[in-house]
Amino acid sequence: MRGRGKAQETLQACLKNGDFMVGVAILLSVFLVAIFSDWIAPYSYTEQLVGAKFSPPSAEFWFGTDELGRDVFSRVIAGTRITLWVAFIGATLELVLGVTIGLICGYFGKWVDRVFSFLTDLTWCIPGTILALAVVTLLGKGLTNSVIAISLVSWASYARPVRAKTMSLKNMAFVETGTAFGESSFSLMFRYILPNVVPSLIVMVSMSLPATILSTTTLSFLGLGSQAPSPDWGLALSNGITYIVKAPWLSIFPGIALVYTVLGFNLLGEGLRDILDPHMKAQ
Amino acid sequence: MRGYLVKRVLQGILLIVAVSMLVFSLLYMMPGNPVDMIVDRKVSVEKKAEIAHEMGYDLPLTEQYVRWVKGIVVDHNFGNSTRYKVPVLDLLKDRIPRSLVLCGWSLLIEMLIALPIGLLCAIKKNSFFDRFTVVFTLILTAMPAFWLGALLILAFGVWLKVLPISGYKGVEYLVLPVFALVSASIAGTIRLTKSEVLEVLNEKYVTTAVAKGLPRRTVMVKHVLRNALIIVTVQVFMSIPWLISGAVVIEKIFDIPGMGGLLLNSIIVQDFPVVQAVLMIVAALTVVCNLVSDVVIGILDPRIRISMGGGDK
Amino acid sequence: MKETLLSLEHLSIDYKVKGGYLSAVNDVNMDIREGEIFAVVGESGCGKSTVAHSIMRLLSGGNAKISGSIRFGGRELTACPEKEMEAIRGREIGMIFQNPLDSLNPVYTVGAQVSEAIMLDRVEKQEAMKRAIRLFQDVKMPDAEERAASFPHELSGGMRQRVMIAMMLSRDPRLLIADEPTTALDVTIEAQILEIIKELKETHNTAILLITHNFGLVAEAADKIAVMYAGEVVESGDVFEIFEAPMHPYTRLLMQALPRSTKREGRLQTIDGSVPRILDKKPGCRFANRCPCAEERCRNETPEETAVSETHRCRCFLVPPGQPSGRKGT
Repeated sequence: MRGRGKAQETLQACLKNGDFMVGVAILLSVFLVAIFSDWIAPYSYTEQLVGAKFSPPSAEFWFGTDELGRDVFSRVIAGTRITLWVAFIGATLELVLGVTIGLICGYFGKWVDRVFSFLTDLTWCIPGTILALAVVTLLGKGLTNSVIAISLVSWASYARPVRAKTMSLKNMAFVETGTAFGESSFSLMFRYILPNVVPSLIVMVSMSLPATILSTTTLSFLGLGSQAPSPDWGLALSNGITYIVKAPWLSIFPGIALVYTVLGFNLLGEGLRDILDPHMKAQ
Repeated sequence: MRGYLVKRVLQGILLIVAVSMLVFSLLYMMPGNPVDMIVDRKVSVEKKAEIAHEMGYDLPLTEQYVRWVKGIVVDHNFGNSTRYKVPVLDLLKDRIPRSLVLCGWSLLIEMLIALPIGLLCAIKKNSFFDRFTVVFTLILTAMPAFWLGALLILAFGVWLKVLPISGYKGVEYLVLPVFALVSASIAGTIRLTKSEVLEVLNEKYVTTAVAKGLPRRTVMVKHVLRNALIIVTVQVFMSIPWLISGAVVIEKIFDIPGMGGLLLNSIIVQDFPVVQAVLMIVAALTVVCNLVSDVVIGILDPRIRISMGGGDK
Repeated sequence: MKETLLSLEHLSIDYKVKGGYLSAVNDVNMDIREGEIFAVVGESGCGKSTVAHSIMRLLSGGNAKISGSIRFGGRELTACPEKEMEAIRGREIGMIFQNPLDSLNPVYTVGAQVSEAIMLDRVEKQEAMKRAIRLFQDVKMPDAEERAASFPHELSGGMRQRVMIAMMLSRDPRLLIADEPTTALDVTIEAQILEIIKELKETHNTAILLITHNFGLVAEAADKIAVMYAGEVVESGDVFEIFEAPMHPYTRLLMQALPRSTKREGRLQTIDGSVPRILDKKPGCRFANRCPCAEERCRNETPEETAVSETHRCRCFLVPPGQPSGRKGT
C-alpha cells in the first residue's frame, strides 16, 4: 500500500512538472514519427527523383530535395530511427560499463579501485570528442563504431557516482546481513546494492542522453560515423554545409529535427531530476 | 602549498606518461603492420623490410617507445607525417597558433558575456530576463556547434553577406567561428555562474555584509561575485581543452587550417604521427590546465590555500 | 526614565508558502530603551529570529509579508527607502549572528572585513585597519594585530564571534541585535562573550536585543524579557518580576526545566510536543494543545495581551488582569 502511495505521489509530481511534461510530449511525437516513418514519409529516403535536384521547399517537397533529388522530408523522417537507436544503444552501453565498473570499484575497493580510478583520470585527460575520434580511428568509421567510441569515453560519468554510492551502502546493515547469509559478491552487488542506485541512475541516464546523441551526430558530421546514403542527421548537415549557398534548406530542416529531439531529452532529464533527485538541484 | 603542488605535478607527469604509452601503442593496435600503411601494396618485401629498418620498426617495442619519447622531449621531433612527408612539428607550427587565437578569443568573449548575464539572472531570479535566459540557454544546449555554425553562415554570409564564410585570411574571418564556438559553450557558463551566485547569495556572510551597512552594489561585487568567481574561474580553466575539441568541428565548418582540422584529416587518411602528436599536445594541455586551475583556486580561496599546504602561508 | 529607542507595534510577519500564508510572527509588541538589554526567549522556530531580521530588513526573498510598525529613533523602518536603510544598518543598528564562521567571508582577512565597515564612514584604509586592531583589543582578542591578518577559518569559534562583535561595534551603533550569539560556542567562551556584551552596554550605552533560547543567559544579562511561542509574545516584562513570578503556563514550564543551582548551563529543556507551524490563523490560544492547564475556551477563543502589573504583561485567559494601564507598562 505504501509503495502504491509513493508511486501515485511521484506520478502526480510528474504531471505537475512542466519541463517533464513538455519533454514527454516532444519525445512521444518523435517516437511516433519513428514508428510510423514508413507511412508518413512520401518517398523512400534513397529514392532519387529525376529532374528534382535542389528543389526548394514546396507543396510537393515540404523540406525540398537534395543534390541527388532525394526528398529531404522523407530523409529527416527516416533519420529519427537512427537518432533514437543511437540514444538507446549508447545509453545501454554507457550504463552497463559505468555501473559495472562503479559497483566493482566501490565494492572491492583497494587496488581494483585504484586501477579503475586511474583509468577514469586517463579518459578525462583528453577531451571527449578528441578521444572518441582517436577510438574511431582504431575501430574504423561507421555509426556502430562511433556509438561504441562515445560510450567508451563517457562511462566514467556513471562510474563515479555509482562507486561513491556503493561505498556508502556497502557497510549498511542490510548488505551486511546478506554477507552473513553467504550471498556471493555478485549477488550482493547486483541484488542488494544496485536497486538502491536506480533512482539516481534514471536521472543520470536522462541527463546524459542528449550528450550521447550530440556526440554521435558530431562524429557523423565529421565523416566518421554514419556513411552515405544513411539519412543520419549529422551526415545530412555535413552535406548541407557543402551546398549551403545553393540550398540552405539542406542545413535547416535536419538541424531543427535534431534540436527538437535533443531539447525533448533535455527537458525530460531536467524534469526527472527535479522529481526524483531534489538534492541534485540544490547543488 | 608547495607539498601539494609537487604531488599534483607528479600525478600530472604520471598521467602524461600513461597517455603517451596509449598514444604510442595506437599505431600497433591497428590491424596490419605500420609499414603497410605508408607504402604502396606493390612494394617488394625486401624494400618493406628496408623501410621498416630505416624507421626503426624492427626494434623491440620498448626501445621504439623510448626513442619516440626521447625524440619528442629532446629534439621536439614528433616524427614525419606519412602523408605530407614533412616533420609533424612543421605542420603544427602554423596551425597551433590559429587554433589558440580562435580558442582564446572565444574564451574571452564567452566570459565577458556569460558572467554579467549569470550574475543578473541570479540577482533577479524569476524575473522576465531570468526566465528568458533559462529558455534561451536550454535551446542553446540542444544545438550542436556545427548546426549553429551553419545557421551563422546562412545569416551573415549568405543572406546579409557581411562576413566571409570560410577560410582564414584576416580578423573578419574569425568573427563567425568565434561566435559559433562561444554560442556552443556559453550556456553552461551562464548556468554555472548563476547557480554559484545563487549559492553565495544564501551564505550568511552576505547577510553580514548587508548588516554592517555596505551598499548593495558593494555587497554584490566584493562579497557575492568575488566568491562565486572562484569556482567559475576554475571551471573555465578546466574547459580550455574542451574548447579545443569544439574547435575541431568549428575549424571544419569554416575551413580554418588549424590543429583540429589537421587532426581530423589525419585521422581520415590514417596519418599516425600527426594524430599521435596532436593527442599528446592536447593531453599535456589538459594536465597543465588542471594544474593551473588548482593553483588559481589556491590563490583565490585562502581556505584551500591553507588546507593544501598545512598552514604554509 | 530612559528614552524608547526601538518599538515594535502589532508586528506580524507571514511567509507565503504553498497553500497559504505561514504566520511566523503575530502581533508582537516590544519597547527597547537606550542602554538596556532586552532578551527574547523561545524554542527554535518560535519566530524570534524572524523578528530580529525584520528589524534590519534582512528577511530574504520577496515572500515575507510584514504588517504593523517598527519604529527606530523616530523613523518608521518598514516604510524606509532602501538607501536610508543602508545608512541605518551598521551605523545605527548592528547585528551579530548565531554561527560566526558562516557569518564571515572566508576569502578576506578578518581585519579587512572589520575595516571595510569602518571605511564606510570615509576613513582612510590604514587608519581603518588601525581602528580595527584597537577594536580587536577592546573585545579582548589575544594578539590583536596578528589576528587581524588571519582568515576566519584560522580562528576559533570564540575569536570569530569577537570579530563579529568588533565589526558591529566599529561604527558605534545605538542598538546591537545579537541573534543567538553564543549558541555555537562552548560554555566558558559563552561567559566571556556575554561579559563583553554586558561591558558594551555599560561603556557605550548601547541597547542590546538579545535573541536566545537559553534562559540561563537571560537571567544573567537581561533587564527585560519577552517569551515567545509560535510567533507570539506570551509574556513580557521586567526580568526580576518574571523570574520571581512567572504567569504564563509556558513560561512556568520553561522555568521548571531550569536546573536551580547552575542556571547558566540550564539550556531550555523541551516540553512535550513541538512549536506548531501556524498555517492559517484560527481562533484559540496557540499553546493550548501543549498546555497542562488548557480549558475549553483556550481552544476556541484567542487570548489578548493584558497587563498584569505596570511592568509585566501576559497573554493567557487564566491570568487575572492587574491594573490595566495600557501598553505603556511593558
